[in-house]
Amino acid sequence: MGLKQKLHTLKEKYKGKKMAPAFNALHTFLYLPNETTHSGSHVRAADDLKRTMNTVIMALIPCLVFGIYNAGYQHYLATGEIEAAAGFFSGEFWSWQNFAMGAWTVLPLVIVSYGVGLAVEFLFAVIKGHEVEEGYLVTGMLVPLIVPVDIPLWMLAVAVIFGVVIGKEVFGGTGMNILNPALTIRAFLFFAYPTWMSGDKVWVHGAVERAKEIAAGSNADAISGETILGSYAQNQDVVYSLQDMFLGFIPGSVGETSKLLIIFGALFLIFTKVGSWRIIFSTLIGALAMGLIFNGVVEMGWINEGSKFYGLMTVPFWQHLIIGSILFGAVYMATDPVTASQTNKGKWIYGFLIGFISILIRVFNPAYPEGVFLAILLMNVFAPTIDHYVLQGNIKRRMKRLKVKTA
Amino acid sequence: MSKDIKIKKGLNIRLKGEADKTISNAPRSRTFSIRPSDFHLITPKMVVKEGAKLQAGDTVFYAKANEAIKFVSPVSGTLTKIERGAKRVITELVIEAEPQDTYKDFGVADPSSMQPEAIKQHLLAAGCWPFIKQRPYHVIANPDSTPKAIFISGYATAPLAADYDVTLRGKEKQLQAALTALSKLTEGKVHVSVGKTGVSPFEGLKDITLHTVSGPHPAGNVGVQIAKIDPVNKGETVWTVNAQDLVIIGDLLLTGKFNAERVIALVGSSVKTPKYYTTKIGAEVATFLYDSGLTEENVRVISGDVLTGKQISVKGNLGFYNNTVTVIPEGDDYEFFGWNKPVFDKISTSRALTFSWLFPNKKFELDTNTNGEHRAFVVTGNYEEVFPMDIYPLQILKACMVEDLDAMEALGMYEVAPEDFALTEFICVSKQPHQEIIRKGLDLMYKEIG
Repeated sequence: MGLKQKLHTLKEKYKGKKMAPAFNALHTFLYLPNETTHSGSHVRAADDLKRTMNTVIMALIPCLVFGIYNAGYQHYLATGEIEAAAGFFSGEFWSWQNFAMGAWTVLPLVIVSYGVGLAVEFLFAVIKGHEVEEGYLVTGMLVPLIVPVDIPLWMLAVAVIFGVVIGKEVFGGTGMNILNPALTIRAFLFFAYPTWMSGDKVWVHGAVERAKEIAAGSNADAISGETILGSYAQNQDVVYSLQDMFLGFIPGSVGETSKLLIIFGALFLIFTKVGSWRIIFSTLIGALAMGLIFNGVVEMGWINEGSKFYGLMTVPFWQHLIIGSILFGAVYMATDPVTASQTNKGKWIYGFLIGFISILIRVFNPAYPEGVFLAILLMNVFAPTIDHYVLQGNIKRRMKRLKVKTA
Repeated sequence: MSKDIKIKKGLNIRLKGEADKTISNAPRSRTFSIRPSDFHLITPKMVVKEGAKLQAGDTVFYAKANEAIKFVSPVSGTLTKIERGAKRVITELVIEAEPQDTYKDFGVADPSSMQPEAIKQHLLAAGCWPFIKQRPYHVIANPDSTPKAIFISGYATAPLAADYDVTLRGKEKQLQAALTALSKLTEGKVHVSVGKTGVSPFEGLKDITLHTVSGPHPAGNVGVQIAKIDPVNKGETVWTVNAQDLVIIGDLLLTGKFNAERVIALVGSSVKTPKYYTTKIGAEVATFLYDSGLTEENVRVISGDVLTGKQISVKGNLGFYNNTVTVIPEGDDYEFFGWNKPVFDKISTSRALTFSWLFPNKKFELDTNTNGEHRAFVVTGNYEEVFPMDIYPLQILKACMVEDLDAMEALGMYEVAPEDFALTEFICVSKQPHQEIIRKGLDLMYKEIG
């Protein structure tokens, strides 16, 4: 009796029992179920939700791998043990040492994110008696990529529980949520632990510890892990080159630094038709538009160097795309189909406003110089409204057709 | 004013087992059956009892809601069994056929000189009325209403569907008689749509407006053609008739007999020699299944095409509205890591490690596996790519699920039938039962509004 037959026997045995969803989740992970069509179309296309989610995860893997190396690289660079990398394939970056250190700091984030999140999912599935849904597979991968590398694991665990329960399960699970669960987790972290989530210490592994040592009397140099946006917001000079920003050799949240790899991920998502190109492009257009407006403000001389917004407003509009997390947000967050606008026209509006508002918050928010997650959450809330007006257009067209007839 | 309809959105599902364009005579079926479930929302009131001797054309039952709508025996023989299901609902009537049919004579009629009311009565009495369906609601037409137009699709684009150019060949006389009769029943026109390529038997016929359609499935769906030619508005009614049933209506007018003969296509990857057969409505499909032969044991037999047909058993019978019988393999087996490994042997509209886009002309052998589990709606924007009507498919489905009558009406429920959602159902990542959702929505509207 092969594994297939054994599992089938077990499945029949557990049918209708309380633990059935938990067993089925593991079973369907191994085997595509033997379910056949019983109403409507007798044949079905090859895609299911698992495959769709898996495609997004594949698009995220390069970002994760890069994030692991970058965590080690930033650490050793800050401690002065290695030289700055020159070029994308630099040996200074892709070294075993960086990988080991990066894996040591990043993999626990991945494990906690998946472990805690899936535990909550399984729990809810068993309690409510529905199947374990695939939504968390992507969320669980996104979460470690959008947090600072030195975030304490307990904080992450608390945030994940909050995000999955309040962000998703209370609405009825995957497909029913209003807010993007990964960003709900991010927002929870930001508002619950603001001192951890901003400032210049959490972005490079070891910086917090070094600061503590200094406070305790050590005479080692402090590690500055200031992000680019942090520097701009304080009207300081940015020490990173454009090339570093594009390739990703900068401090920042784990997976969002390499714009090059995000662009590859975007192309993959668009090619596989899993990610909405409408949302990705319109978000970028919105960001560029807002950047242009700010550049115009500076150009017109309406703002002077003394202003605390001057630093960010002078950033050339196109550079907004390669600093911060706008690109990552546009490609992996805004495109979440459940929380985005669901009509094609609505997606253009939704994306444009995300980009537009992201840069607006980025420039004007004194407390936290990044606005992408707030902008996406805000537009998540407005997405149904956008769809409502798009649908009204269709409904009015239909009414008009009738009026022309009867007139 | 004829139109040239070009459909861009859609999907041709290319399957193995296309019928060879030769027509054979199927052996005479021993029994014939009538399934009341073929007639949606009709509650049958029996006229005859078990054991009754029937001629072809004798009324077997009528609709409880409207006595005038009669359902007749397709052959002559003895009504041997009235099968009942839960709550004593009649599920099937079995007629044991005589070797040769004798027909009830309804009298020869010349539609060109008849009054509309007389034509109606003639069709109703002879059991030809159920061939006429109406939109909204996709049910048998209400004989008391007058449609603004009548639509007939003479172009089949569903996967492996019988080609009307083959099944209607040589039936021009019957078609003409039926079309003339129908043209008297509407204030407007009788719109017939044919494929852009090929020679259709409809070309050159009178009393119709001929349109040409081209593009992928669902270009041949009458609902899409209605949407492009003259969409249904609130308060309006249109009628539709399947092209193959015009032949039976025409035969009635020309000969006075209800002749249930129909050319059907036996297709599908599990059929050894797929081809066309001449048979009758309600015949046992086994009569031609055994003639063509099956390649495997574990199969699903479908009366109709793979997208909209009804599942029947190998011993089942041809449905009232179907001119295709499809046999495909059942997919009741597990597939190791089926959700993430690259897929070459299934159709997909995405490119998520699915490679059907690489082979646009390849013919696939699909089975009945759902290729995934039922989930809430997640993915958006993909239905629109295969849905050519000016309707938001996801939103109207959701409106049906929450039974929001106002939204259903506003979003275009009067224009659709379940078959219009067959393709969105096919590609649905969440494996939602679209056609069932739409059918329930239409039923609710019919009950509350219609």
